[in-house]
This record gives sequence, C-alpha cells and structure tokens, in this order.
Amino acid sequence: MIQIENLKKTYQTSTAVEALRGISVQIEDGDIFGIIGLSGAGKSTLLRCIALLETPTEGRILIDGKDISSLRGRELTQHRKQIGVIFQGYHLLMQRTVFANVAFPLEIAGAGKAEIQQRVTELLELVDLADKADSYPSQLSGGQRQRVAIARALANNPQVLLCDEPTSALDSFTTKSILDLLQDINRKLGVTIIIITHEIGVVKQICNRVAVIEAGLFAEQGTAADILAAPQSIAAKQLIGIGGAL
Amino acid sequence: MAGFFAKYAPLLLKGLEETLYMTLLSTLLSYLLGLPLGVLIYATKEGGIHPHRCIHRVLSWVINTIRSIPFIILVIALAPVSKLIAGTSIGPNSSVFALVVAAAPFVARMVESTLEEMDIGVIEAAKTMGATDLQIVTKVLLPESVPSLVRGLSISAITLIGYSAMAGAVGAGGLGDIAVRYGVHRYQEKVMYLTVLLIVGIVQIIQSSFNLAARQIDKKNR
Ligand SMILES: Nc1ncnc2c1ncn2[C@@H]1O[C@H](COP(=O)(O)OP(=O)(O)OP(=O)(O)O)[C@@H](O)[C@H]1O
Ligand SMILES: [Mg+2]
Repeated sequence: MIQIENLKKTYQTSTAVEALRGISVQIEDGDIFGIIGLSGAGKSTLLRCIALLETPTEGRILIDGKDISSLRGRELTQHRKQIGVIFQGYHLLMQRTVFANVAFPLEIAGAGKAEIQQRVTELLELVDLADKADSYPSQLSGGQRQRVAIARALANNPQVLLCDEPTSALDSFTTKSILDLLQDINRKLGVTIIIITHEIGVVKQICNRVAVIEAGLFAEQGTAADILAAPQSIAAKQLIGIGGAL
Repeated sequence: MAGFFAKYAPLLLKGLEETLYMTLLSTLLSYLLGLPLGVLIYATKEGGIHPHRCIHRVLSWVINTIRSIPFIILVIALAPVSKLIAGTSIGPNSSVFALVVAAAPFVARMVESTLEEMDIGVIEAAKTMGATDLQIVTKVLLPESVPSLVRGLSISAITLIGYSAMAGAVGAGGLGDIAVRYGVHRYQEKVMYLTVLLIVGIVQIIQSSFNLAARQIDKKNR
C-alpha cells in the first residue's frame, strides 16, 4: 500500500514554482491507479517523487508503512529496486541490445549469468519480444521500445510500476496493446500500477481508480467508474469533455 | 629525383617513426589522465550525478589555466621537469611529459562535452533501477558514449600531432624538427614540403579510420 500524506514540492528557480501543493492519497495493492491532468498540473513531479528521483519539500510517502521520502545513500539505491518506472521517452540504452537492456537492472544488482539468461528470456516472452532479443533499440518501433522498457522495469520484481505517459507517443492501436500488456502484468504478477496520463481513454481502458490533478492539487479522486460517470470538479469535466469530443 | 628520395628517405622515415611514437604515447597517457578527469568534472558539476562544488571548481580552474598557456611556452617552461622525468632533453621522450600536460586538460574537456550530450533521462532511468553513481559511470555514461568518444579521440590525436611538431622544433625530433631544420635553417624547401605531406597523410588516415570505426560501433543511428 502506498500512502501519500500532504506532499508538497517547490522548485527553487529564479522564482519558486509550487509544482505540488499538498497531495494526499492512498493507493492499494493491486490497483491500477490513474493520475490525469493537463500539461503543467504536476503529474510528472508527483511520479518523480514516488520514484525517488525528486526530494519532496514537505510531506511523506509511505510504502507498506515505511517512509521512503527521507531515504539517503545506500538505502535509497536499494529501495529504488522495489519500484519500476517507465517513461514516455523509453530511455533505453541505445548501444545495448534488447536482451542487454533487460539484463541491465539484473547486472547492477549483481545477478549471475545463468540467472540473467533465464530471467531475461522469461521477461521478453512476457512482453512478446522474444524474437527481438538481439536487435538494438534503434531497430524497433515505439511500441516495441516501450515493451522493452516495461520488461526492464519488471526485472527486479518490483511491487509497484510507475508509468509516466507511457503511450503518449504511440498511435491508438499500439496504445491499446501496451495498456493490455500493463493490465496483464497487473493481473498475472499482482504489480500495483500508477499511470500518469492526459488522455481520458487510458483511464477508461485500464484504471480502477483515478485522481484528477490540477495546479498541484487533486481536484477529485475515486473509482474510475464513478468519476467517468459523474465528474464533480471542473477539471474532471473538462478532461472528460475533451476526451469525449475527440 | 630518385637520388633525392634515396638521400632523404631514411631521415624522413625516422622522423615519421618519432612523430608516431610521440603522438601515440602522449595520446594514450593523456587519455589515462584526461578520461577520469573529464568524468569527474562532469559528475561533480551542480545538478550532476555526484555534485561537489569544491572539486568541480578546483578542477575547472586547473584545466582552464593550463589550456590558456600557449603550447610552445608550456614546453619551454616545463623543460626542466621534462628532463628530470625523461632523463634527457632531446629526442621524442623528452617531449612526452609536456605533451601530456597540455593534452590531458584538452581531453578532459572533450570527454566532459561528450558526456554532456548524453540524454539525462537514460541516467535517471538507470537510477530508478538502483544503479550507484559508479555504475552509472561505468555501465551507462561511458559505454553509451563510446562512438562519440572515439570521434573525440581522433580530434585529440590530431591535435597532438600538431603539438608534437612544435615540440620537435625545440629538440624533440620527429617530422616537425625535420621541417624546421631543413626548411628554415637550410633552405631545402623540398624536404620541408615532403614532411608536411607526410603529416597531412597521417592526419587524413587517422580522421577517416576513426570516423569509420565510430560509425561501425554506433548502434544508435541505423
Ligand atoms: N526541474 C524543474 N525546475 C523547475 N520547475 C519545474 C521543474 N520540473 C517541473 N517544473 C514545473 O512544475 C510544474 C509541474 O510540472 P510537471 O512536469 O510535473 O507537469 P506535468 O503535469 O507532468 O506536465 P506535462 O503533461 O506537460 O508533462 C510546471 O509548472 C513546471 O514548469
Ligand atoms: Mg509530465
């Protein structure tokens, strides 16, 4: 279970940017939790805080009751392995093959050759890319690259998979196949998924719960069914309206 | 013409050999020093993977200072130390120390700017997988930058050929020395032009073979 308590993040640039202004939420094990909002609302910032890439200015993030926002050094590095992250831009290692990309997190965790061979094969089968093991990322389509990124993020058996707009660069057909894969992973492996998006379609397709973020605050949160059927906040109405109009 | 070649071939061959020796050895040593320095200055910058203001400032200052001294002056200024290290003040070995002192900061900056081009997202992705700072350097930054580093290597080697010719003029031997001795002191321009031709040839070969190698290695743009 992930509990976020009054999370605030202010970026100190020439002016102070309050990207998160007090977010509180509880995400249960096995949820596919959508966070939807317009550009600049603070979605990525929130995800980066949970991914331990950003230190919150205030508030706490608890995973199974343990406060992770104050971790430093070795403990921080260790804890990151329990959280998988995928990004809109994939961020694969371009000089490594698909196989070696998926092997990367295992390598740095000190796994042996045989273990790596077995686990990577398993993961590539899971994401349906067994035949691309020896290809390089530059030889793959966007959807295939995202599959590699998903396999890589799952390598260390994380409890949580964080996804920052994983389908925003993909066409609708590829988007659907990636979302199906994420749902499959959620069901088969029981991984909790937090998915950030600005497309209401993503929420419709796979989320069981959703929060609408606007200007660093949650405008509303609840089950996906409720919010899709009867949005209360203006932000949610806008997003659903936009989604419906398309 | 045949007589001319017969007369000067051994001289030019020796010069060529000395130039290649100086360039090769000093390139190797400058990378041994410059590569870690480049990584260090990249990693310690503000917002880098391991920020450290003090180390970054000192390194930056030292590198800038050395780089602002014209090479010919550096060679002369370092002559006593060079002699101490090489045990002689003439011949190719006598110049290597000065060449490395001049080239290592150059290499460090080159490595730094190569690493700067690296996509920050890839580094962050590695972090989320639990990579330590050292692992990020050895398993992400350097391997991902190999094609650019190879291109940088050719630039450094070519710069060092130029430097070695200057060092040659003050006693280190090599093609630069021959060009100065015959072209300037003895008015035998033919010999001088021949050395220039040889240097141009080396530079072309280095440039095209390194470009080819970089293209072969690079898996990103295919
Ligand atoms: N590193 C940073 N330094 C300063 N300000 C930042 C930084 N990162 C984000 N911000 C600011 O914080 C706010 C929230 O940004 P964030 O990236 O979280 O938005 P987002 O909801 O992910 O937007 P998008 O849909 O465009 O990705 C924005 O106003 C942005 O300009
Ligand atoms: Mg974003």
